[in-house]
Amino acid sequence: MYSQGLIGADGRTEESEAFLDAFQKRIDAEEKIEPKDAMPEGYRRTLIRQIGQHAHSEIVGMLPEGNWITRAPSLKRKAALLAKVQDEGGHGLYLYAAAETLGVSREQMTEELLSGKAKYSSIFNYPTLNWADMGAIGWLVDGAAIMNQIPLCRCSFGPYARAMIRVCKEESFHQRQGYEIMLTLCRGTAEQKQMAQDALDRLWWPALMMFGPHDADSAHSEQSMKWKIKRFSNDQLRQKFIDATVPQAEYLGLTVPDPDLRWDDSLNGGKGGYAHGDIDWDEFWRVVKGDGVMNRDRIKARKKAWDDGAWVREAALKHAEKRAMRKTQEAAE
Amino acid sequence: MTEQETPLWEVFIRPRNGLAHRHVGSVHAADEVLALDAARDVYTRRGEGNSIWVVRSDAIAASDPDHADETFDPTADKIYRHPTFYEIPEDVGHM
Amino acid sequence: MADQALLNALIELADDHNILSHRLAEWCGHAPILEEDLALTNMALDMIGTARGLYSHAADVEGRGRSEDDLAYLRVEREYRNCLLVERPNDDFAHTMLRQLFFAAFMEPYWQSALTSSDETIRGIAGKSVKEVAYHIRHAGEWVIRMGDGTQESAARLHAAMQDLHIYTEELFHASEAAGHCARAGLLPDRTDLRETWLETLTPIFAEARLEMPEGVPPQIGGRDGLHGEDLGHLLAEMQYLQRAHPGASW
Repeated sequence: MYSQGLIGADGRTEESEAFLDAFQKRIDAEEKIEPKDAMPEGYRRTLIRQIGQHAHSEIVGMLPEGNWITRAPSLKRKAALLAKVQDEGGHGLYLYAAAETLGVSREQMTEELLSGKAKYSSIFNYPTLNWADMGAIGWLVDGAAIMNQIPLCRCSFGPYARAMIRVCKEESFHQRQGYEIMLTLCRGTAEQKQMAQDALDRLWWPALMMFGPHDADSAHSEQSMKWKIKRFSNDQLRQKFIDATVPQAEYLGLTVPDPDLRWDDSLNGGKGGYAHGDIDWDEFWRVVKGDGVMNRDRIKARKKAWDDGAWVREAALKHAEKRAMRKTQEAAE
Repeated sequence: MTEQETPLWEVFIRPRNGLAHRHVGSVHAADEVLALDAARDVYTRRGEGNSIWVVRSDAIAASDPDHADETFDPTADKIYRHPTFYEIPEDVGHM
Repeated sequence: MADQALLNALIELADDHNILSHRLAEWCGHAPILEEDLALTNMALDMIGTARGLYSHAADVEGRGRSEDDLAYLRVEREYRNCLLVERPNDDFAHTMLRQLFFAAFMEPYWQSALTSSDETIRGIAGKSVKEVAYHIRHAGEWVIRMGDGTQESAARLHAAMQDLHIYTEELFHASEAAGHCARAGLLPDRTDLRETWLETLTPIFAEARLEMPEGVPPQIGGRDGLHGEDLGHLLAEMQYLQRAHPGASW
């Protein structure tokens, strides 16, 4: 799961006009770019940043759902949630590997995350406060992620596109398991339905923010689109998500917490769509910049896992060294 | 906080007997035994295969894309290597 | 009597798997290396699957309309029948892996033997689980070797884990009255028979890990009588919270 909303990409590049033109021709011809191919520095930098943010989002994203694994209300739900959070770990792993093909190591990327230098999707800086959040995250957050990730399967950079194909294939159950949780709660007791509404109330706006700033305010979007790292604009994807999700909320009998939400025939080039109220971008930037309620705790948890695990990683490396040495000795004897 | 990096391994999986091992991704592991376990735990969670190879990424020698022209283009005009280059009358039947 | 014994013995076994899978699940998102997050979760998922199969079978044997979740979520500490080993806290990676190795090395011959149970459902569960635990032995064993023969710190941590945990292993070989009854009836393996195989599995691993099992320390037992350490109550409070807070709700 992830967002698009790449934060602070810097696509500036200093290659010659001829080099850039030739590169653009390859992109326009839908040729995939592979790691060792010549590429503009800005393209490489943008990808490292975007894939890194994407990977970090998966890894940090394990925490809010991980918060409920040990409190899952049935063995079936526990298994499904555990498998889902495990998938997210796997997806982080695939993505780190995709970024590593560009010459940055997982350790480097991890250090950037832990030092607060690297960003990740700000949705994960919101707390999960009741069991319905597990439903709402699957339904809304994974739903928003799918909108973004499907076009990424056609991204111009080969390793990223291949990782995303695998991710999308595996994630197809995530949204469904989330919606099923919501459905069960909405058909359950009044308290359960209240839980579901509460989760929607808290997560709706952050889910919309996952698509990133409005196109007009999205400084580096254009270059990313030109290089086909990104295929749709933030607003296009957000609209698609809203149009798909509102009827699903209605089916659940839940109220989308937006008094300005209404059908508008003129949207989507005359096909119609849901017009929505203003997004609170001040809140978005506040959370991105580190002042969400969970930002500090998320990084602290990741840092603790990394630091606590240092002796384990060292032991494995030391053992590998010893084994290699013994092998050499045996061969010499 | 610079620590020694855990090596990267490329993972190849054979989906079933009769097919070739195919590159599926990579894992980090200190040695080949842990790399095989990691490959199993990461890349075969949905019954994707019945055999795994791992090879250290830094043990792979790769052709240079900057030399791709001289490496691969010279075969382009050797069309006599392909069956369709040869004309056989239809009456002869499938060959 | 026969049914009551089978029910109790199945619950003991199911509780072992439920509790240990819960402990493993606590690691999710916090492992020393990302690859291990996936590995620990795989083991947890294997064991949840086994626990579900065993609880369901227990519920069928009981025949009072209780579900697997009723059995897992609506019994208190004193009614839980897991052995003490599985409820031990995760502590560090050394404790977690050694605990897993101890348990899996016991369950492998157990399921092997259960393949010939006179109970068809048990044979089915054994067939699935025997392969899973064989992998758990391998994976946990590889890590025990690396920690034991790794750095000074890792060896010290593994030795500490051994000191903490070995006293709980004796209980694996104790048969409760119910388990003894089922063993005699050919329904479940005889726990007291499995010590030798268990040691055969562990000895070469411990040799490579330069690890020794202390002798002469009195073992801790009591789980099969519902006499647990204090940690289990906290685990259950967390696990059962929603079921307790919303009696009768479906999830």
